[in-house]
Amino acid sequence: MAEPLPKKDRTKVPRQPMPEQDAQLRAHNFTEVNLGLDEAIATREAQRCLECTDPKCVQGCPVGVKIRDFVQLVVAGEYLRAAAKVREDNVLPAVTGRVCPQENQCEGACVLGKRLTSLAIGNLERFVADYERQTGQIGLPPQASPTGKKVAIIGSGPAGLSCAGDLVQRGHAVTVFEALHEIGGVLVYGIPEFRLPKQIVRDEVDVMRKMGVDFQTNVVVGKTVTIDELMVDEGYAAVFIATGAGLPAFLNVPGEHLAGVYSANEFLTRVNLMKAYDAAHYDSPIYDCQDKEVAVIGAGNTAMDAIRSALRLGARSAYVIYRRGETEIPARAEEVHHARDEGVQFKLLHNPVAFLGNDRGVLNAVRLTKMSLGEPDASGRRRPLPVAGSEFEMPIDVAIIAAGTGANPLVQSSTSDLKTNKWGYIVVDPATMQTSKPGVFAGGDIVSGSATVILAMGAGRTAAASIDQYLRES
Amino acid sequence: MFRIHEAQFIAPDVKRFRIEAPRIARKRQAGQFVILRIHEHGERIPLTIADSDVGEGTITIIVQGVGKTTHLLNRLEAGDAIQDVVGPLGQASEIELFGTVVVIGGGVGTAIAYPTAVALKQAGNVVIGIVGARTNKLLILEEEMRATTDVLYVMSDDGTVGEKGLVTTKLQQLIDEGRQIDRVLAIGPIPMMKAVADVSRELAIPTSVSLNPVMVDGTGMCGGCRVIVGGESRFACVDGPEFDAHQVDFEVLRQRNAIYRQREQHADAEFQRDPTKDLNAAHACRLTETGNG
Ligand SMILES: Cc1cc2nc3c(=O)[nH]c(=O)nc-3n(C[C@H](O)[C@H](O)[C@H](O)COP(=O)(O)OP(=O)(O)OC[C@H]3O[C@@H](n4cnc5c(N)ncnc54)[C@H](O)[C@@H]3O)c2cc1C
Ligand SMILES: Cc1cc2nc3c(=O)[nH]c(=O)nc-3n(C[C@H](O)[C@H](O)[C@H](O)COP(=O)(O)OP(=O)(O)OC[C@H]3O[C@@H](n4cnc5c(N)ncnc54)[C@H](O)[C@@H]3O)c2cc1C
Ligand code: SF4
Ligand code: SF4
Ligand code: FES
Repeated sequence: MAEPLPKKDRTKVPRQPMPEQDAQLRAHNFTEVNLGLDEAIATREAQRCLECTDPKCVQGCPVGVKIRDFVQLVVAGEYLRAAAKVREDNVLPAVTGRVCPQENQCEGACVLGKRLTSLAIGNLERFVADYERQTGQIGLPPQASPTGKKVAIIGSGPAGLSCAGDLVQRGHAVTVFEALHEIGGVLVYGIPEFRLPKQIVRDEVDVMRKMGVDFQTNVVVGKTVTIDELMVDEGYAAVFIATGAGLPAFLNVPGEHLAGVYSANEFLTRVNLMKAYDAAHYDSPIYDCQDKEVAVIGAGNTAMDAIRSALRLGARSAYVIYRRGETEIPARAEEVHHARDEGVQFKLLHNPVAFLGNDRGVLNAVRLTKMSLGEPDASGRRRPLPVAGSEFEMPIDVAIIAAGTGANPLVQSSTSDLKTNKWGYIVVDPATMQTSKPGVFAGGDIVSGSATVILAMGAGRTAAASIDQYLRES
Repeated sequence: MFRIHEAQFIAPDVKRFRIEAPRIARKRQAGQFVILRIHEHGERIPLTIADSDVGEGTITIIVQGVGKTTHLLNRLEAGDAIQDVVGPLGQASEIELFGTVVVIGGGVGTAIAYPTAVALKQAGNVVIGIVGARTNKLLILEEEMRATTDVLYVMSDDGTVGEKGLVTTKLQQLIDEGRQIDRVLAIGPIPMMKAVADVSRELAIPTSVSLNPVMVDGTGMCGGCRVIVGGESRFACVDGPEFDAHQVDFEVLRQRNAIYRQREQHADAEFQRDPTKDLNAAHACRLTETGNG
C-alpha cells in the first residue's frame, strides 16, 4: 500500500510505459504483446491521478466507470475493491482495459493530458481485472431471487454478454443463442490472441455460467429457430438482439474473386476461431502467408489485426494500403504504433482499382492509384480523390479486404414487424433499446453499425434495465 | 454434442448417417444444408440434409469421403457424437408445379438432389431422374430415386450399370426425342453441372445447380463462399446454394475450390497414415452428454 503523493509532486512522475514483448520477437508469435503492469508500476502510475473533484475522465468513458475512485483504491493497494468498483459499470474490465480506444475516451478527457500525458487508465483497468482473475477471486455479484421469466439473447458478443450478466443478476432465466461454435462474438473470432487472450473471454463466460446463464452454441436465429417461435412456442417473454455487424464489405473492383483475396472476417475467423495459427493441431488451412507479400486494404482495428496476424504467419512483407492520410487512420493509436514497430509498412493515400491474377485464378498483384485529400465529406473527414495518371502495379500474393462491415439480414428478414433503417440496421428507441416489436430489444453493432466493445456493452446494459422493467410490468 | 443414431455405408466410401438434431429436423426444407465440426480441433464442412424425421428428432446426411474430414467422419459409428452441427442453412430449393422436371445427380450429387426430387414430386411434377456414376459400385440411392421419379435413367462411365455414357448424353437424347422439359436441376461435379448448363441453355430451359464453394461460417459473415452469378458476387451459404445454371461462372468456382488442394491432400495423407489422434479426439465426444440440438 502506497501513500498518496502530495499534489504538487504528482505531475512530476512521468506516465509509466506498458511493458511489452520485444517487437522482433513478438512479430513471430501469437502470445500477448502487452505484458501487463506489476504492482510497483501500477502504484506509481495510479499516484499520478489528481483526484479531480469534477473528473472529466468519467465523462469520457461511454459507461461512466468511476475512474477516480478505482484509481485511488489502486493507490491504497485495495486491488480487489478497485476491480469491484470498475465492475459496477463495466462487466468485462479485462477486455476493455485492453481494447478500448482510450485516447478518444477516458484518457482523451483526462485533465493530465492537457499539459502533460493523460493517466494510463486502460492499463490500470487491465491491471485490477487481471489481478482478480489471476488470483482466482472474481467475485460473483449478488443475485436476486428467480422471477420465473425467460429471456432469449441472440448473439454472444459484448452486447449480448453484458445484457445476459445484468439480467441473470436480476433473477431472470437467461439463454444466449450463438450461431458459431464459440461464445464471445468479435472477441473470439475477430480480435487476435496477441491482443486479447481468449482465456480471458472464457473465464468471463464461466463466471456467467456459474451465475446460471444458459449458453447454446450452433443456433442461427432466423434459420434454426425464429424470434416468433422463441416467444410463442418456447415461452421467452423478451428477446434481446445483439447480432453485431458481421456482413463483410468488398470493394467491388475487378479481380476480387481471385484466390488469395480474403475479407478480413474470413481471414481473422480462420486465424482465430479456426486457429490457423496453430496448424499443427487444428485443421482449417489458410492460404499460406509464409514468405508471401501480404497487403490489407483499410486502416481500422480490423485491418491492423489482420495484417499483424499475417506477419505472425510468416509474411515476408506486410502492407497497410489506405486511401486517406495518417491523421485519418481510424485504428487505436497503440495498434498502429505496435504494427509499425513490428515492421508493417504503411502505404497511405493509395487505393486499389483492381486485383490481378495468373491464368490459374491466383492473385499476383494489385493495381493502385495514388490519392489526394479534397474537401471534407459527410463524415467530416477530407474526401480522398484519385490522382489522375498515377496508377501502378504492386506485386502481392495475399490481399485482405478490411473496408468495413454491414448488417447481417438473417434475423431481420425472418422476424415480422421489426423496423430497420435503409442500411438494414435495427431501429430502436435509444433510451430503452426497445424495437418496433413488443418485447423485443436490440443493441450493439446491429443497431449502431460497427462501433466499439464498450459501446456495445453499454447498449447491453441499457437494454437489460429496460427488459427488467418490461418484465416486471408485464 | 450431436449423437449419431445410425451409420452405414451405401457405397465404397459413401456413408449415410442419422444424427440427433431436433431443432434442425423441425425446420429443414429440401435443398438446405448443415455445417458440422467433428471435434474440438476439426474444420467446419457443409453437408446437405438428405432427409429428416421430426418425430425422432433426427436428420440424415450422406457423406462421400474425399479428404481428411469426410474420411474421419466416415469412420464414425452409431453411438459416436459430433461436436457441432449447425443449420438448416441456405435457401430452400424452389418448389413449384413446373410440369416436367429433369433431376440430374452425379456421384454424391445424387444425395444432394434426392430431397429436392422428393419435394418436386410431392408438388405434383412429373419427375424424370438421371443419375450418373463412374462405375456400378459407386452408384448410390438408386432405389430411393426410382421410388420418387416417374422414370429413372442410370448412366455409368464404364457401362457396368445402366447405360454407358454421360448424364448429358441422356439429357440431350430426351431433348432430341422432343420430350417436353420445363425445368432441370443438376447437382454433381463442377464439369458435369457446366455441361448440363450448356445443353439446356440452347433451348433456354430454366436450370438450377447447387454450388459447393468452400465455406466457413455458413451465415454470410466471412464471404469465403462467394461465387459469381450473372456477373455479380453472391454468397452461396445465404443466397444459395442453388443458382441459375446459365448465369454461374463455373471457371471461377473451379479455381476458388482449388485454393487449398495441396494442404488438403497433405492433411489427408497424414490422417490416412495415422488416424488415431483424430479418432481419439472424435471418440472423446462419446463420453460427454448430449446437449441441445
Ligand atoms: C477485427 C476487429 C477488431 C476490433 N477491435 C476493436 C478494438 O480494439 N476496440 C474496440 O472497442 N472495438 C473493436 N472492434 C469493434 C468491436 O469488436 C465491436 O464493436 C463489438 O464486438 C460489437 O459487439 P456486439 O455484441 O454488438 O457484436 P459482435 O461482437 O459482432 O457479436 C455478435 C455475435 O452474434 C452472433 N450472431 C450473429 N447473427 C446471429 C444469429 N442470427 N443467431 C445467433 N447468433 C448470431 C455472431 O456470431 C457473434 O458472435 C473490433 C472489431 C473487429 C471486427
Ligand atoms: C452446400 C454444400 C453441400 C454439400 N453437401 C454434401 C453432401 O451432402 N455430401 C457430401 O459428401 N459432400 C457435400 N458437400 C461437399 C463437402 O462439403 C466436401 O466434400 C467436404 O468439405 C470436403 O472436406 P474434406 O476435409 O473431407 O476434404 P478436403 O480434402 O478438405 O477437400 C476436398 C474438396 O472439398 C472441397 N472443400 C473442402 N473444404 C470445404 C469446405 N469447408 N466447404 C466446402 N467445400 C470444401 C474443396 O473443393 C476440396 O477441393 C457439400 C458442399 C456444399 C458447399
Ligand atoms: S471502459 Fe474503456 S473508456 Fe471506460 S474507463 Fe475503461 S478503458 Fe476507459
Ligand atoms: S481526469 Fe485524470 S487526473 Fe482527473 S480524476 Fe480523472 S484520471 Fe484522475
Ligand atoms: S460461408 Fe462465410 S459467408 Fe458463406
